[in-house]
Amino acid sequence: MEQLALIIDLNVCVGCHACVTSCKEWNTSGWAGPMSDVNPYDANPTGTFFNRVQTFEVGTFPNTETVHFPKSCLHCEEPPCVPVCPTGASYKREADGIVLVDYDKCIGCKYCSWACPYGAREYDQRQKVMKKCTLCVDRIYDQTLPESERKPACVMACPTSARLFGDVHDPDSEVSKLIRENSGYQLMPEWGTNPSNHYLPRRKIHFKIHEDELQRVDNPLKKEGLLPEPPKDQQTLDDIYSSW
Amino acid sequence: MHPAFSVIFLTTLIGVGQGLFLALYTGQIYSIMKLLPAQNSQSFYAMGSLVALGLLVVGLFASFFHLGRPMRAWRSSSKWRTSWLSREVIILPTTMLLIALYGAIHHFGWTQPIFTLAKTQQIDLSLIIGAIATLSTLALFICTSMIYASVRFLQEWNNPLTVINYILLGAASGFTLAVVFSVIVEADVVGFYVLWAIILTIAAFITRATTLLRNRRLTPKSNLQTAIGMRHTIIAQKSQGAMGGSFNTREFFHHKSLAKLKFIKNTFLMLVFPIPILLLFIAVFGFYPLCLATAAFVIQYFGLIAERWYFFTEGRHPQNIYYQSVA
Repeated sequence: MEQLALIIDLNVCVGCHACVTSCKEWNTSGWAGPMSDVNPYDANPTGTFFNRVQTFEVGTFPNTETVHFPKSCLHCEEPPCVPVCPTGASYKREADGIVLVDYDKCIGCKYCSWACPYGAREYDQRQKVMKKCTLCVDRIYDQTLPESERKPACVMACPTSARLFGDVHDPDSEVSKLIRENSGYQLMPEWGTNPSNHYLPRRKIHFKIHEDELQRVDNPLKKEGLLPEPPKDQQTLDDIYSSW
Repeated sequence: MHPAFSVIFLTTLIGVGQGLFLALYTGQIYSIMKLLPAQNSQSFYAMGSLVALGLLVVGLFASFFHLGRPMRAWRSSSKWRTSWLSREVIILPTTMLLIALYGAIHHFGWTQPIFTLAKTQQIDLSLIIGAIATLSTLALFICTSMIYASVRFLQEWNNPLTVINYILLGAASGFTLAVVFSVIVEADVVGFYVLWAIILTIAAFITRATTLLRNRRLTPKSNLQTAIGMRHTIIAQKSQGAMGGSFNTREFFHHKSLAKLKFIKNTFLMLVFPIPILLLFIAVFGFYPLCLATAAFVIQYFGLIAERWYFFTEGRHPQNIYYQSVA
Protein backbone atom coordinates (compact mmCIF):
# COMPACT_ATOMS: atom_id res chain seq x y z
CA MET A 1 0.00 0.00 0.00
CA GLU A 2 1.21 3.43 -0.95
CA GLN A 3 2.12 5.99 1.72
CA LEU A 4 2.74 9.40 0.27
CA ALA A 5 4.85 11.68 2.44
CA LEU A 6 7.23 14.60 2.51
CA ILE A 7 10.92 14.38 3.27
CA ILE A 8 12.40 17.54 4.70
CA ASP A 9 16.13 17.97 4.48
CA LEU A 10 17.20 20.17 7.40
CA ASN A 11 20.68 20.23 5.94
CA VAL A 12 19.46 22.28 3.00
CA CYS A 13 16.54 24.30 4.35
CA VAL A 14 17.46 27.98 4.48
CA GLY A 15 14.26 29.12 6.21
CA CYS A 16 12.98 31.31 3.37
CA HIS A 17 9.28 30.49 4.08
CA ALA A 18 8.61 29.98 0.36
CA CYS A 19 6.88 26.69 1.22
CA VAL A 20 4.68 28.53 3.74
CA THR A 21 3.50 31.19 1.31
CA SER A 22 3.16 28.78 -1.57
CA CYS A 23 1.11 26.40 0.59
CA LYS A 24 -1.12 29.22 1.74
CA GLU A 25 -1.55 30.53 -1.80
CA TRP A 26 -2.46 27.16 -3.31
CA ASN A 27 -4.74 26.00 -0.55
CA THR A 28 -6.52 29.29 0.04
CA SER A 29 -7.46 29.45 -3.64
CA GLY A 30 -8.75 25.90 -3.84
CA TRP A 31 -12.23 24.44 -4.00
CA ALA A 32 -12.24 23.76 -0.24
CA GLY A 33 -12.61 27.44 0.59
CA PRO A 34 -10.13 29.97 1.87
CA MET A 35 -7.73 29.52 4.77
CA SER A 36 -9.06 32.55 6.53
CA ASP A 37 -7.04 35.23 8.26
CA VAL A 38 -8.01 37.44 11.18
CA ASN A 39 -6.54 40.98 11.33
CA PRO A 40 -4.29 40.30 8.32
CA TYR A 41 -3.20 43.94 7.99
CA ASP A 42 -3.65 44.94 11.61
CA ALA A 43 -2.02 44.36 14.95
CA ASN A 44 -1.69 40.68 15.95
CA PRO A 45 -2.41 39.16 12.56
CA THR A 46 -3.31 35.49 12.73
CA GLY A 47 -4.74 32.91 10.42
CA THR A 48 -4.89 29.34 9.26
CA PHE A 49 -1.72 27.78 7.94
CA PHE A 50 -0.99 24.18 7.00
CA ASN A 51 2.74 24.65 7.10
CA ARG A 52 5.07 26.84 9.09
CA VAL A 53 8.82 27.26 9.31
CA GLN A 54 10.27 27.58 12.77
CA THR A 55 13.83 28.46 13.66
CA PHE A 56 15.96 26.99 16.40
CA GLU A 57 19.49 27.77 17.51
CA VAL A 58 21.51 24.76 18.59
CA GLY A 59 24.57 25.11 20.80
CA THR A 60 26.14 28.10 22.53
CA PHE A 61 27.66 31.11 20.83
CA PRO A 62 29.94 31.12 18.91
CA ASN A 63 29.54 27.40 18.26
CA THR A 64 25.95 27.56 17.14
CA GLU A 65 23.97 26.21 14.25
CA THR A 66 20.73 27.73 13.07
CA VAL A 67 18.19 25.07 12.23
CA HIS A 68 15.18 26.06 10.13
CA PHE A 69 12.44 23.59 10.82
CA PRO A 70 9.42 23.34 8.49
CA LYS A 71 6.47 21.86 10.34
CA SER A 72 3.25 20.49 8.88
CA CYS A 73 1.01 17.45 9.26
CA LEU A 74 3.20 14.35 9.26
CA HIS A 75 0.50 12.02 7.88
CA CYS A 76 1.14 9.42 10.59
CA GLU A 77 0.77 5.75 9.78
CA GLU A 78 -1.04 5.42 13.13
CA PRO A 79 -2.80 8.79 13.20
CA PRO A 80 -4.05 9.38 16.77
CA CYS A 81 -6.28 12.23 15.53
CA VAL A 82 -8.45 9.92 13.41
CA PRO A 83 -10.08 7.51 15.92
CA VAL A 84 -11.02 10.32 18.34
CA CYS A 85 -13.10 12.16 15.75
CA PRO A 86 -16.77 11.69 16.74
CA THR A 87 -18.17 12.33 13.24
CA GLY A 88 -15.71 10.51 11.01
CA ALA A 89 -14.73 13.82 9.39
CA SER A 90 -11.09 12.93 10.08
CA TYR A 91 -9.88 9.99 8.09
CA LYS A 92 -6.83 8.35 6.60
CA ARG A 93 -7.08 7.34 2.97
CA GLU A 94 -6.50 3.64 2.39
CA ALA A 95 -5.00 4.08 -1.05
CA ASP A 96 -2.26 6.63 -0.43
CA GLY A 97 -2.19 7.14 3.35
CA ILE A 98 -3.08 10.85 3.28
CA VAL A 99 -4.83 12.03 6.46
CA LEU A 100 -7.68 14.36 5.55
CA VAL A 101 -10.56 16.28 7.12
CA ASP A 102 -13.98 16.33 5.47
CA TYR A 103 -14.89 19.98 6.01
CA ASP A 104 -18.57 19.21 5.41
CA LYS A 105 -18.71 16.71 8.27
CA CYS A 106 -16.47 18.46 10.82
CA ILE A 107 -18.36 19.96 13.77
CA GLY A 108 -15.38 21.99 15.00
CA CYS A 109 -15.07 20.31 18.41
CA LYS A 110 -11.25 20.56 18.25
CA TYR A 111 -10.86 17.15 19.91
CA CYS A 112 -8.57 15.92 17.11
CA SER A 113 -6.18 18.79 17.80
CA TRP A 114 -5.80 17.55 21.39
CA ALA A 115 -4.98 14.11 20.05
CA CYS A 116 -2.12 15.35 17.84
CA PRO A 117 1.19 15.69 19.72
CA TYR A 118 2.66 17.80 16.90
CA GLY A 119 0.03 20.56 16.86
CA ALA A 120 -0.47 19.96 13.16
CA ARG A 121 -4.18 20.75 13.09
CA GLU A 122 -5.60 24.23 13.07
CA TYR A 123 -9.11 25.50 13.67
CA ASP A 124 -10.29 27.92 11.00
CA GLN A 125 -11.85 30.86 12.81
CA ARG A 126 -14.13 31.81 9.92
CA GLN A 127 -15.13 28.45 8.50
CA LYS A 128 -15.39 26.97 12.03
CA VAL A 129 -13.89 23.63 11.07
CA MET A 130 -10.59 21.87 11.64
CA LYS A 131 -8.04 22.12 8.86
CA LYS A 132 -4.72 20.53 8.12
CA CYS A 133 -2.20 19.77 5.40
CA THR A 134 -3.84 17.80 2.57
CA LEU A 135 -0.51 16.96 0.93
CA CYS A 136 -2.08 18.98 -1.93
CA VAL A 137 -4.37 16.09 -2.77
CA ASP A 138 -6.03 18.40 -5.33
CA ARG A 139 -2.70 18.90 -7.13
CA ILE A 140 -0.97 15.55 -7.04
CA TYR A 141 -3.78 13.73 -8.91
CA ASP A 142 -4.69 16.60 -11.26
CA GLN A 143 -4.43 15.15 -14.77
CA THR A 144 -4.56 18.62 -16.33
CA LEU A 145 -1.21 19.52 -14.80
CA PRO A 146 2.01 18.35 -16.45
CA GLU A 147 3.35 15.30 -14.63
CA SER A 148 6.35 17.18 -13.28
CA GLU A 149 4.00 19.56 -11.46
CA ARG A 150 1.88 16.90 -9.77
CA LYS A 151 3.57 17.58 -6.45
CA PRO A 152 2.54 19.51 -3.33
CA ALA A 153 2.81 23.29 -3.69
CA CYS A 154 5.47 23.49 -0.97
CA VAL A 155 7.69 21.03 -2.82
CA MET A 156 7.28 22.99 -6.05
CA ALA A 157 8.21 26.22 -4.26
CA CYS A 158 11.31 25.11 -2.36
CA PRO A 159 14.31 26.83 -3.95
CA THR A 160 16.86 24.53 -2.32
CA SER A 161 15.06 21.22 -2.85
CA ALA A 162 14.82 20.76 0.90
CA ARG A 163 11.38 19.25 0.42
CA LEU A 164 10.87 16.01 -1.44
CA PHE A 165 7.69 14.12 -2.11
CA GLY A 166 7.15 10.45 -2.70
CA ASP A 167 6.01 7.04 -1.54
CA VAL A 168 7.86 6.00 1.62
CA HIS A 169 6.51 2.44 1.40
CA ASP A 170 8.23 1.81 -1.91
CA PRO A 171 11.79 0.83 -0.97
CA ASP A 172 13.10 1.90 -4.38
CA SER A 173 11.59 5.38 -4.37
CA GLU A 174 13.85 8.41 -4.21
CA VAL A 175 12.50 9.39 -0.79
CA SER A 176 12.98 5.92 0.70
CA LYS A 177 16.58 5.89 -0.50
CA LEU A 178 17.16 9.32 1.01
CA ILE A 179 15.75 8.20 4.36
CA ARG A 180 17.90 5.06 4.30
CA GLU A 181 21.13 6.68 3.19
CA ASN A 182 20.94 9.88 5.24
CA SER A 183 19.51 8.47 8.48
CA GLY A 184 16.12 10.10 8.04
CA TYR A 185 14.13 10.23 11.26
CA GLN A 186 10.61 10.73 12.58
CA LEU A 187 9.50 13.38 15.09
CA MET A 188 8.59 12.35 18.65
CA PRO A 189 9.02 8.61 18.07
CA GLU A 190 8.14 8.01 21.75
CA TRP A 191 4.39 8.26 21.06
CA GLY A 192 4.27 5.44 18.53
CA THR A 193 2.42 7.55 15.96
CA ASN A 194 4.83 6.44 13.25
CA PRO A 195 4.82 9.64 11.17
CA SER A 196 5.21 9.18 7.42
CA ASN A 197 6.99 12.47 6.91
CA HIS A 198 10.67 12.12 7.67
CA TYR A 199 13.36 14.68 8.37
CA LEU A 200 16.92 14.39 7.16
CA PRO A 201 19.38 15.55 9.83
CA ARG A 202 22.10 18.14 9.63
CA ARG A 203 25.15 16.52 8.08
CA LYS A 204 28.75 17.70 8.19
CA ILE A 205 30.07 18.19 4.68
CA HIS A 206 33.84 17.69 4.33
CA PHE A 207 35.41 18.98 1.14
CA LYS A 208 39.03 18.00 0.69
CA ILE A 209 41.05 20.17 -1.70
CA HIS A 210 44.29 18.65 -2.85
CA GLU A 211 47.38 20.79 -3.46
CA ASP A 212 47.46 20.16 -7.21
CA GLU A 213 43.83 21.22 -7.53
CA LEU A 214 44.76 24.77 -6.55
CA GLN A 215 46.59 25.26 -9.86
CA ARG A 216 45.15 24.65 -13.27
CA VAL A 217 46.97 21.87 -15.02
CA ASP A 218 45.99 23.16 -18.47
CA ASN A 219 47.49 26.60 -17.93
CA PRO A 220 50.05 27.05 -20.69
CA LEU A 221 51.34 30.38 -19.43
CA LYS A 222 51.61 29.01 -15.84
CA LYS A 223 49.92 32.22 -14.87
CA GLU A 224 46.63 32.71 -13.05
CA GLY A 225 44.19 35.36 -14.13
CA LEU A 226 43.03 36.54 -17.53
CA LEU A 227 44.97 35.86 -20.66
CA PRO A 228 46.63 38.94 -22.18
CA GLU A 229 44.31 40.93 -24.40
CA PRO A 230 45.00 40.10 -28.04
CA PRO A 231 45.29 42.91 -30.59
CA LYS A 232 41.92 44.13 -31.90
CA ASP A 233 42.64 43.24 -35.53
CA GLN A 234 43.83 39.74 -34.86
CA GLN A 235 41.49 36.91 -35.52
CA THR A 236 40.84 34.56 -32.63
CA LEU A 237 39.24 31.17 -32.50
CA ASP A 238 37.74 31.53 -29.07
CA ASP A 239 35.54 34.16 -27.52
CA ILE A 240 38.39 35.67 -25.60
CA TYR A 241 36.96 39.20 -25.94
CA SER A 242 33.93 38.27 -23.98
CA SER A 243 36.11 37.60 -20.95
CA TRP A 244 37.44 41.13 -21.05
CA MET B 1 -4.55 23.58 27.91
CA HIS B 2 -6.91 26.49 27.50
CA PRO B 3 -9.85 26.15 29.91
CA ALA B 4 -13.05 26.53 27.88
CA PHE B 5 -16.08 27.51 29.96
CA SER B 6 -18.49 25.63 27.70
CA VAL B 7 -16.80 22.35 28.63
CA ILE B 8 -16.37 23.39 32.28
CA PHE B 9 -20.13 24.01 32.58
CA LEU B 10 -20.97 20.85 30.62
CA THR B 11 -18.92 18.53 32.81
CA THR B 12 -19.84 20.11 36.15
CA LEU B 13 -23.57 20.52 35.45
CA ILE B 14 -24.13 17.02 34.11
CA GLY B 15 -22.00 15.76 37.02
CA VAL B 16 -24.40 17.36 39.51
CA GLY B 17 -27.43 16.08 37.59
CA GLN B 18 -26.07 12.53 37.43
CA GLY B 19 -25.11 12.66 41.11
CA LEU B 20 -28.60 13.87 42.06
CA PHE B 21 -30.20 11.02 40.16
CA LEU B 22 -27.87 8.51 41.84
CA ALA B 23 -28.84 10.03 45.20
CA LEU B 24 -32.57 9.67 44.43
CA TYR B 25 -32.26 6.06 43.30
CA THR B 26 -29.99 5.15 46.22
CA GLY B 27 -32.65 6.64 48.51
CA GLN B 28 -35.32 4.55 46.85
CA ILE B 29 -33.28 1.35 47.22
CA TYR B 30 -32.68 2.12 50.90
CA SER B 31 -36.37 2.77 51.48
CA ILE B 32 -37.54 -0.46 49.88
CA MET B 33 -34.99 -2.22 52.04
CA LYS B 34 -36.81 -0.52 54.93
CA LEU B 35 -33.60 1.29 55.92
CA LEU B 36 -35.14 4.68 55.17
CA PRO B 37 -38.73 5.91 55.38
CA ALA B 38 -40.57 5.73 52.06
CA GLN B 39 -40.85 9.01 50.16
CA ASN B 40 -43.66 10.54 48.18
CA SER B 41 -43.45 9.45 44.55
CA GLN B 42 -44.58 12.74 43.06
CA SER B 43 -43.06 15.42 45.25
CA PHE B 44 -39.80 13.60 45.90
CA TYR B 45 -38.79 11.20 43.10
CA ALA B 46 -40.61 12.89 40.22
CA MET B 47 -39.55 16.41 41.21
CA GLY B 48 -36.00 15.27 41.97
CA SER B 49 -35.75 13.59 38.56
CA LEU B 50 -37.00 16.79 36.95
CA VAL B 51 -34.24 18.80 38.66
CA ALA B 52 -31.61 16.23 37.60
CA LEU B 53 -32.96 16.28 34.05
CA GLY B 54 -32.89 20.09 34.02
CA LEU B 55 -29.22 20.10 35.00
CA LEU B 56 -28.39 17.62 32.22
CA VAL B 57 -30.30 19.76 29.70
CA VAL B 58 -28.46 22.93 30.74
CA GLY B 59 -25.14 21.04 30.59
CA LEU B 60 -25.93 19.75 27.11
CA PHE B 61 -26.88 23.29 26.06
CA ALA B 62 -23.55 24.62 27.35
CA SER B 63 -21.66 21.98 25.34
CA PHE B 64 -22.99 23.41 22.06
CA PHE B 65 -21.00 26.58 22.65
CA HIS B 66 -17.85 24.51 22.35
CA LEU B 67 -18.66 23.49 18.78
CA GLY B 68 -17.76 25.51 15.72
CA ARG B 69 -20.66 24.00 13.80
CA PRO B 70 -23.36 23.12 16.37
CA MET B 71 -25.96 22.43 13.69
CA ARG B 72 -23.92 19.41 12.62
CA ALA B 73 -23.70 18.03 16.18
CA TRP B 74 -25.99 15.13 15.25
CA ARG B 75 -23.17 13.71 13.13
CA SER B 76 -21.07 13.17 16.22
CA SER B 77 -22.92 10.02 17.22
CA SER B 78 -21.51 8.04 14.31
CA LYS B 79 -18.02 6.98 15.44
CA TRP B 80 -18.91 5.40 18.78
CA ARG B 81 -16.69 2.41 17.99
CA THR B 82 -13.52 4.47 18.38
CA SER B 83 -14.35 7.85 19.92
CA TRP B 84 -15.24 8.43 23.58
CA LEU B 85 -16.71 11.79 22.57
CA SER B 86 -19.08 10.04 20.22
CA ARG B 87 -20.01 7.57 22.99
CA GLU B 88 -20.79 10.48 25.31
CA VAL B 89 -22.96 12.05 22.62
CA ILE B 90 -25.03 8.85 22.54
CA ILE B 91 -25.15 8.10 26.25
CA LEU B 92 -26.03 11.64 27.38
CA PRO B 93 -29.47 11.77 25.70
CA THR B 94 -30.01 8.11 26.66
CA THR B 95 -29.43 8.98 30.31
CA MET B 96 -31.71 12.00 30.01
CA LEU B 97 -34.43 9.83 28.51
CA LEU B 98 -34.12 7.18 31.23
CA ILE B 99 -34.15 9.77 34.03
CA ALA B 100 -37.20 11.40 32.44
CA LEU B 101 -38.85 7.98 32.25
CA TYR B 102 -37.98 7.26 35.88
CA GLY B 103 -39.52 10.59 36.89
CA ALA B 104 -42.60 9.96 34.74
CA ILE B 105 -43.15 6.52 36.30
CA HIS B 106 -43.14 8.12 39.73
CA HIS B 107 -45.23 11.08 38.64
CA PHE B 108 -47.98 9.00 37.06
CA GLY B 109 -47.82 6.39 39.80
CA TRP B 110 -46.96 3.40 37.59
CA THR B 111 -45.38 1.79 40.63
CA GLN B 112 -47.54 -1.29 41.05
CA PRO B 113 -45.39 -4.34 41.80
CA ILE B 114 -44.65 -6.33 38.66
CA PHE B 115 -43.20 -9.40 40.36
CA THR B 116 -41.89 -10.42 43.75
CA LEU B 117 -38.26 -11.27 44.27
CA ALA B 118 -37.21 -13.86 46.86
CA LYS B 119 -40.84 -13.99 48.05
CA THR B 120 -40.52 -10.72 49.97
CA GLN B 121 -39.15 -8.01 47.71
CA GLN B 122 -41.67 -6.40 45.41
CA ILE B 123 -40.18 -5.09 42.21
CA ASP B 124 -41.93 -2.31 40.30
CA LEU B 125 -41.23 -0.52 37.03
CA SER B 126 -39.46 2.43 38.70
CA LEU B 127 -36.87 0.08 40.23
CA ILE B 128 -36.13 -1.58 36.90
CA ILE B 129 -35.91 1.69 34.93
CA GLY B 130 -33.97 3.25 37.82
CA ALA B 131 -31.41 0.43 37.70
CA ILE B 132 -30.97 0.89 33.94
CA ALA B 133 -30.73 4.67 34.40
CA THR B 134 -28.09 4.15 37.11
CA LEU B 135 -25.99 2.06 34.74
CA SER B 136 -26.48 4.69 32.04
CA THR B 137 -25.47 7.44 34.49
CA LEU B 138 -22.29 5.59 35.41
CA ALA B 139 -21.58 4.95 31.72
CA LEU B 140 -22.00 8.67 31.09
CA PHE B 141 -19.49 9.48 33.84
CA ILE B 142 -17.03 7.06 32.25
CA CYS B 143 -17.57 8.41 28.72
CA THR B 144 -17.22 12.05 29.82
CA SER B 145 -14.04 11.43 31.77
CA MET B 146 -12.54 9.06 29.20
CA ILE B 147 -12.68 11.89 26.64
CA TYR B 148 -9.88 13.40 28.69
CA ALA B 149 -8.32 10.27 30.18
CA SER B 150 -7.93 8.62 26.77
CA VAL B 151 -5.76 11.37 25.26
CA ARG B 152 -2.40 9.76 25.86
CA PHE B 153 -0.47 12.91 24.98
CA LEU B 154 -1.86 14.73 28.01
CA GLN B 155 -0.06 12.76 30.69
CA GLU B 156 -1.82 14.69 33.48
CA TRP B 157 -5.18 13.34 32.26
CA ASN B 158 -4.12 9.95 30.89
CA ASN B 159 -4.80 8.06 34.09
CA PRO B 160 -7.68 6.12 35.72
CA LEU B 161 -7.74 8.78 38.46
CA THR B 162 -9.38 11.15 35.97
CA VAL B 163 -12.34 8.78 35.67
CA ILE B 164 -12.55 8.23 39.43
CA ASN B 165 -12.40 11.99 40.08
CA TYR B 166 -15.21 12.73 37.64
CA ILE B 167 -17.43 10.06 39.22
CA LEU B 168 -16.69 11.03 42.82
CA LEU B 169 -16.88 14.80 42.29
CA GLY B 170 -20.11 14.50 40.31
CA ALA B 171 -21.63 12.16 42.90
CA ALA B 172 -20.51 14.36 45.82
CA SER B 173 -22.06 17.50 44.34
CA GLY B 174 -25.22 15.56 43.40
CA PHE B 175 -25.64 14.22 46.94
CA THR B 176 -25.09 17.73 48.32
CA LEU B 177 -27.86 18.96 46.03
CA ALA B 178 -30.00 16.04 47.25
CA VAL B 179 -29.57 17.41 50.79
CA VAL B 180 -30.88 20.81 49.68
CA PHE B 181 -33.70 19.15 47.76
CA SER B 182 -34.79 16.94 50.65
CA VAL B 183 -34.72 19.94 53.02
CA ILE B 184 -36.94 21.92 50.63
CA VAL B 185 -39.50 19.14 50.12
CA GLU B 186 -39.25 18.31 53.84
CA ALA B 187 -38.33 14.69 53.22
CA ASP B 188 -36.99 12.92 56.30
CA VAL B 189 -33.85 11.65 54.55
CA VAL B 190 -31.65 14.71 55.13
CA GLY B 191 -29.28 12.90 57.50
CA PHE B 192 -28.82 10.04 55.02
CA TYR B 193 -27.87 12.40 52.19
CA VAL B 194 -25.62 14.51 54.42
CA LEU B 195 -23.75 11.37 55.48
CA TRP B 196 -23.23 10.23 51.89
CA ALA B 197 -22.42 13.73 50.63
CA ILE B 198 -19.67 13.98 53.27
CA ILE B 199 -18.35 10.47 52.55
CA LEU B 200 -18.26 11.12 48.78
CA THR B 201 -16.66 14.53 49.26
CA ILE B 202 -13.92 13.05 51.43
CA ALA B 203 -13.37 10.22 48.91
CA ALA B 204 -13.18 12.79 46.10
CA PHE B 205 -10.68 14.81 48.11
CA ILE B 206 -8.44 11.77 48.52
CA THR B 207 -8.43 10.93 44.80
CA ARG B 208 -8.18 14.55 43.61
CA ALA B 209 -5.30 15.27 46.00
CA THR B 210 -3.60 12.07 44.80
CA THR B 211 -3.98 13.33 41.23
CA LEU B 212 -2.42 16.68 42.17
CA LEU B 213 0.53 14.91 43.79
CA ARG B 214 0.91 12.55 40.82
CA ASN B 215 0.90 15.39 38.33
CA ARG B 216 3.49 17.28 40.31
CA ARG B 217 5.95 14.41 39.91
CA LEU B 218 5.22 13.77 36.23
CA THR B 219 8.09 14.01 33.77
CA PRO B 220 7.07 14.97 30.23
CA LYS B 221 7.62 12.16 27.75
CA SER B 222 8.60 14.52 24.93
CA ASN B 223 11.24 17.21 24.86
CA LEU B 224 12.71 19.60 22.33
CA GLN B 225 15.32 17.01 21.34
CA THR B 226 12.74 14.44 20.24
CA ALA B 227 10.41 17.16 18.92
CA ILE B 228 12.82 18.39 16.26
CA GLY B 229 15.23 15.47 16.30
CA MET B 230 18.38 17.38 17.25
CA ARG B 231 20.67 15.52 19.61
CA HIS B 232 22.00 18.48 21.50
CA THR B 233 21.37 19.59 25.06
CA ILE B 234 21.23 23.30 24.26
CA ILE B 235 18.50 24.25 21.81
CA ALA B 236 16.76 27.62 21.85
CA GLN B 237 13.76 28.54 19.75
CA LYS B 238 14.23 31.71 17.72
CA SER B 239 10.94 31.86 15.88
CA GLN B 240 7.71 29.88 15.76
CA GLY B 241 6.61 30.83 12.26
CA ALA B 242 4.04 33.45 13.29
CA MET B 243 4.22 36.51 15.50
CA GLY B 244 0.54 37.29 16.09
CA GLY B 245 -0.26 33.94 17.67
CA SER B 246 -1.92 30.94 16.10
CA PHE B 247 -4.40 28.22 16.95
CA ASN B 248 -1.47 26.42 18.54
CA THR B 249 -0.83 29.24 21.00
CA ARG B 250 -4.53 29.83 21.74
CA GLU B 251 -5.83 26.29 22.27
CA PHE B 252 -2.96 24.66 24.12
CA PHE B 253 -1.73 27.41 26.44
CA HIS B 254 -3.66 28.81 29.38
CA HIS B 255 -1.69 32.12 29.38
CA LYS B 256 -2.20 32.42 33.13
CA SER B 257 0.35 33.36 35.76
CA LEU B 258 1.64 30.75 38.19
CA ALA B 259 0.26 32.85 41.05
CA LYS B 260 -3.23 32.71 39.55
CA LEU B 261 -2.99 28.96 39.01
CA LYS B 262 -1.94 28.45 42.61
CA PHE B 263 -4.75 30.70 43.80
CA ILE B 264 -7.34 28.76 41.78
CA LYS B 265 -5.95 25.46 43.05
CA ASN B 266 -6.15 26.56 46.68
CA THR B 267 -9.60 28.03 46.07
CA PHE B 268 -11.05 24.82 44.71
CA LEU B 269 -9.37 22.75 47.42
CA MET B 270 -11.18 24.92 49.99
CA LEU B 271 -14.53 25.38 48.24
CA VAL B 272 -15.09 21.81 47.07
CA PHE B 273 -13.99 19.88 50.15
CA PRO B 274 -13.74 21.34 53.71
CA ILE B 275 -16.29 24.18 53.56
CA PRO B 276 -19.25 22.11 52.24
CA ILE B 277 -18.41 19.28 54.66
CA LEU B 278 -18.42 21.74 57.56
CA LEU B 279 -21.65 23.42 56.45
CA LEU B 280 -23.43 20.10 55.90
CA PHE B 281 -22.22 18.86 59.26
CA ILE B 282 -23.70 21.93 60.98
CA ALA B 283 -26.90 21.78 58.91
CA VAL B 284 -27.64 18.18 59.92
CA PHE B 285 -27.87 19.30 63.55
CA GLY B 286 -30.74 21.60 62.64
CA PHE B 287 -29.04 25.00 62.46
CA TYR B 288 -30.64 26.80 59.50
CA PRO B 289 -30.59 23.58 57.45
CA LEU B 290 -31.94 25.18 54.26
CA CYS B 291 -29.53 28.13 54.30
CA LEU B 292 -26.49 26.08 55.21
CA ALA B 293 -27.25 23.21 52.83
CA THR B 294 -27.88 25.65 49.97
CA ALA B 295 -24.66 27.48 50.82
CA ALA B 296 -22.82 24.14 50.89
CA PHE B 297 -24.13 23.24 47.44
CA VAL B 298 -23.51 26.65 45.85
CA ILE B 299 -20.00 26.92 47.35
CA GLN B 300 -19.17 23.37 46.25
CA TYR B 301 -20.47 24.04 42.74
CA PHE B 302 -18.38 27.20 42.36
CA GLY B 303 -15.46 25.18 43.71
CA LEU B 304 -16.11 22.57 41.04
CA ILE B 305 -15.99 25.22 38.33
CA ALA B 306 -12.57 26.22 39.70
CA GLU B 307 -11.59 22.54 39.92
CA ARG B 308 -12.49 21.89 36.29
CA TRP B 309 -10.76 25.11 35.24
CA TYR B 310 -7.64 23.96 37.03
CA PHE B 311 -7.99 20.49 35.51
CA PHE B 312 -7.70 21.97 32.03
CA THR B 313 -4.77 24.22 32.88
CA GLU B 314 -3.02 21.20 34.42
CA GLY B 315 -2.80 19.49 31.03
CA ARG B 316 0.53 20.20 29.37
CA HIS B 317 0.35 19.33 25.70
CA PRO B 318 3.53 18.15 23.95
CA GLN B 319 2.83 20.47 20.98
CA ASN B 320 3.67 23.38 23.31
CA ILE B 321 7.34 22.41 22.92
CA TYR B 322 7.17 23.90 19.42
CA TYR B 323 5.79 27.22 20.70
CA GLN B 324 8.16 28.35 23.42
CA SER B 325 9.33 31.60 21.86
CA VAL B 326 7.75 34.09 19.47
CA ALA B 327 10.86 35.77 18.15
